[in-house]
Amino acid sequence: MTVNMGPQHPSTHGVLRLVLELDGETVLSASPTIGYLHTGIEKTAEQKKWSQVIPLVERMDYLSAQSNNLAFCLSVETLLGIDVPERVRWIRVLIAELQRINSHLVWLGTHGMEVGAVSVMLYCFRERELLLNINELLAGFRLFPSYIRVGGLREDLPRGFHDAVRAFLDRFPSKLDEYEDLLTKNEIYLKRTQGVGRISAEDAVAYSLVGPIARAAGVPYDVRRVFPYLGYETFEFDVPTQLAGDVYARYLVRVAEIRQSVRICRQALERIAATGPYAVNDPRITPPPKDRVYSEMEALIQHFLLYSQGFSVPAGEAYVPIEGPRGEQGFMVVSDGTNRPWRVKSRPPSLLACQALERMIVGGLIADVIAVIGSIDVVMGDVDR
Amino acid sequence: MDATALAARLEEVAPGLQLEVVPSVDRHLTLVARPDEMPVLARALREVPDLAFTLLAELTAVDFWPREPRYEVVYLLVSLEHRRRLRVKVRLPGAEAHLATVSGIWPAANWLEREVWDLFGIAFDGHPDPRRLIMPEDWNGHPLRKDYPVQIVMKPKTFEPMQVTEEEFRASVARDRLVRS
Repeated sequence: MTVNMGPQHPSTHGVLRLVLELDGETVLSASPTIGYLHTGIEKTAEQKKWSQVIPLVERMDYLSAQSNNLAFCLSVETLLGIDVPERVRWIRVLIAELQRINSHLVWLGTHGMEVGAVSVMLYCFRERELLLNINELLAGFRLFPSYIRVGGLREDLPRGFHDAVRAFLDRFPSKLDEYEDLLTKNEIYLKRTQGVGRISAEDAVAYSLVGPIARAAGVPYDVRRVFPYLGYETFEFDVPTQLAGDVYARYLVRVAEIRQSVRICRQALERIAATGPYAVNDPRITPPPKDRVYSEMEALIQHFLLYSQGFSVPAGEAYVPIEGPRGEQGFMVVSDGTNRPWRVKSRPPSLLACQALERMIVGGLIADVIAVIGSIDVVMGDVDR
Repeated sequence: MDATALAARLEEVAPGLQLEVVPSVDRHLTLVARPDEMPVLARALREVPDLAFTLLAELTAVDFWPREPRYEVVYLLVSLEHRRRLRVKVRLPGAEAHLATVSGIWPAANWLEREVWDLFGIAFDGHPDPRRLIMPEDWNGHPLRKDYPVQIVMKPKTFEPMQVTEEEFRASVARDRLVRS
């Protein structure tokens, strides 16, 4: 029997369509069809100025907006050849790790709900709300703050930022224990996830599934460790791995990753001074502060130039990988030396996960398809772009 | 190992390769290969133990229209074992651009090549599933080509909104594409 699962199925995380060929409850073949959410972001980006691309790339992977943003800014900064101040680096690390926690919480909640543990979803979204509040405090926008900019940050940290993050970090670990109480030794959860959707370490690398999926299969590759950026080599953290490569191993890896992120956040928060530089001191890229715009002619001209013409980026291409919540993430940016990008290409971890989906579900049961789709954590906005 | 040493090692492993070393601003070593040597090069990169580029992180293309050779297909490779990143570029002419598939060497290339075919119209010879990936199957043209219209003017059905023609839009973008030093 052939079954069309999706594009509008509540558990396909957006609009993924799977054509499944079934024999009873066993999946004989699966062919994913994507593209329902294609919005041509890469084509649109070619028409925009460099700074106008930031809100666009944030909307690709809408659950980890600030990781996309960070990856894009790092690539453009590499092309520009600028190095951001140390304080900006630590703030970016903190934001990226909070974003990872945020994304993993959505994943944990929706995945838990799909395999039948509805209460986990409510718990996870309760804590996620706190993270969204921090975003709101930071930039006035909860999902797509556009706070990280080329050359640094949009503005300095708001008053009370340290306290808000510290309050979250103090509260969160005990809540994480609560989620683990609900799932880690839950008999039903174990039965639904252990040995399901297995993928070997070789296959994970062959299908470029680097990230939590590969780490759950025993590939200890983490961009933060192997190709450090933003000074990650100075932070103490572990790279959690598992060997089983099944849905349960992915769950364990992601939960352990959340704990490591909390650890990194604490260290980063210690290093961030209350005041200091929030962007590079380069008038070609960083707009002048508002008080100077209102009082000095040169600053006003600079402001106008930056917001009308934008800045030019030297010709060339760059790709700086970062460890996003879903694995290696990065933007290949190509410039022709003008104020608009020639090409912006995202490396979509979700697309590659979708590609390998077939390998993980064929031979399994149809009910497990739901658990597997949940476990690879696809965001369709990132798949289709 | 720097890019020159890597190119020398590759030419030693697979005689007949002619690789060009280009500088790069990020941490990728960058090589440019000729289109016909891609299958040999890919196999050497993947299989030779002291190279071991087992991970294809990204495969994409860039359209440099109206320049010739028009397309650049870019492979971003990672050697997990030796902690090395490599960018391989292949330049293709604008007319009937085609290239041998590498999906037999890196299975991840399957969908990435389909995406390049879909959005740029570069054909991959020997690809196991040469269909469009993202756009609908009956779509006309390849949207990420630079000569593909950004705004498609459709005849409005009930009202006449303000329309910008393709030429006006392009002229406006070109005017704005200033080089500031």
